Amino acid sequence: MFSQPTEDATNVADVIEEELEATDLEDAVDEPERVVPAIEFRDVHLSFEDNKILDGISFTVRRGETKVILGRSGGGKSTTIRLILGLLKPDSGQILIDGEDITNYSEIEMMTVRAKIGMVFQEGALFDSLSVYDNVAYRLHEQGIAETEVETEVRRMLKFVDLEDAIDKMPAELSGGMRRRVGIARALVGDPQIVLFDEPTAGLDPPTARTICELAIKLRDLEDVSSIFVTHEMKNLEYLSSEYATVDENGEVVFEMEGEKLCLINTEIVMLKEGKIIFSGKDEEFAATDDPYILKFVRGK
Amino acid sequence: MNLLKKFLFELQEITNLIISAFFGLFKSPRYVKEIIRQMDLIGVGSLPIVLLTGFFTGGVLILQTYPTLVYYGAQAEAGRAVATSLIRELGPVLSALMVSGRIGSAISAELGAMVVSQQIDAMRALGTDPNRKLVAPRIIALILMLPLLTVAADVFGLLGGGIVAKNLYGLDYNLFITSVRNGITTEDIIGGIIKPLFFGLIIGSVSCYKGLSTTDGTVGVGRSTTSAVVLSSIVVIIFDFFLSRAIQSIFDIKPI
Repeated sequence: MFSQPTEDATNVADVIEEELEATDLEDAVDEPERVVPAIEFRDVHLSFEDNKILDGISFTVRRGETKVILGRSGGGKSTTIRLILGLLKPDSGQILIDGEDITNYSEIEMMTVRAKIGMVFQEGALFDSLSVYDNVAYRLHEQGIAETEVETEVRRMLKFVDLEDAIDKMPAELSGGMRRRVGIARALVGDPQIVLFDEPTAGLDPPTARTICELAIKLRDLEDVSSIFVTHEMKNLEYLSSEYATVDENGEVVFEMEGEKLCLINTEIVMLKEGKIIFSGKDEEFAATDDPYILKFVRGK
Repeated sequence: MNLLKKFLFELQEITNLIISAFFGLFKSPRYVKEIIRQMDLIGVGSLPIVLLTGFFTGGVLILQTYPTLVYYGAQAEAGRAVATSLIRELGPVLSALMVSGRIGSAISAELGAMVVSQQIDAMRALGTDPNRKLVAPRIIALILMLPLLTVAADVFGLLGGGIVAKNLYGLDYNLFITSVRNGITTEDIIGGIIKPLFFGLIIGSVSCYKGLSTTDGTVGVGRSTTSAVVLSSIVVIIFDFFLSRAIQSIFDIKPI
């Protein structure tokens, strides 16, 4: 594992870590492919001209895990996501998706990798010229799938993000939050096992931001999706690292706080500073750190 | 040196764009609907301005050359004068310039805005190659439609010339048409149709490249739109010279 416990990391955290690896091994007996991380960065470097963007980044995202990447604007967070999709290529280092080294893949080879990944862009990045229906159906239309099948899938996805009424609208008619949710629905078509969120709550009001986080939690806990959640909002981190989704006896999805019943171990934090990872670990460790940079980031002063 | 490097880099990028768009045509999914939509937008949409340009260019050619022709006693050859210059040069070049102004700017602005709003990234993330989905249909539509627009401009230019000759200088229509027919050769017509094929390729590839290489947000969109129109217009005019020379030597056209 690539987590780097900070100096003051408690013994408790180490114990959690050990237990976690033991569980991984147990799982491996039944499902050997679960040992292979969904995403792995190995010493990735990237610079634009003289500007170092990423300086030796290494981390892994296990299956069903959510990695929250924190950092200030321009700290290389979005770049990390663009590297996973092959929209950018690193100067050195390796990037592995499902154990497959994609670092030197051509644009054509990347297309098959991208089919496994859903990406939610900062502002939604919906196609202006297409309706909500066509936006969500985009991937299926490209694959030439029959219209009746497409419609069922699009309605299922819009139901997941609770936007069935907007099906015939154009992106320009939607609010910022709705655009983001349509973006999520579009990313989830085809049930990708990896979903990348690039600041999905930036510029949204708190309740809408909460809705987006709930969607990410649902994906993590109910759909077993591995994800990277890039953000700089501490509220998002709080939701993602302390709540989990479950289905109650009425079949409704409910969100519960971690605590005595369950300790959330499938969300980890990575903090970037000037292209380097300065923290990697659980939220409890993050809260206990006395790194002045992290404290300033959390408190804002 | 830096300027030369930049020029060579852009040339390489544009060539790569054309190659990848071209080879993309042979793979599925094929974007036939998109090509037809672009043909409508580019071809039918540009028809009015191209017809107007052709009509008045033909008119002004007669307006300016007729007095000189009278001086040489060659007014019966007025049709020949307007036909050769229109069909060989002015029809293709002026149509290309009008289309680069109208379509080149639209293409680079649209693609530039898509880059800025991350729609191009989204498209790639969703497994579509933008070169095939966006670039190829636009280049193909331009290559197919520009020759047709040029022919329309030529016809309206001759019409304009004929009307001006008749109404301002009293030249008989029959005389005008006869001299047009004597004046132009099959080689002229073929040459006049080959040129816009290349101009379409130039306008399409330059505008798409400029649009897709947009940086720096909305300001960048404005910048790439301007440079798309300027660059494609200049390249059309420069290329026209060399293309004319090539056509002359291929068809063995010599001064009489």
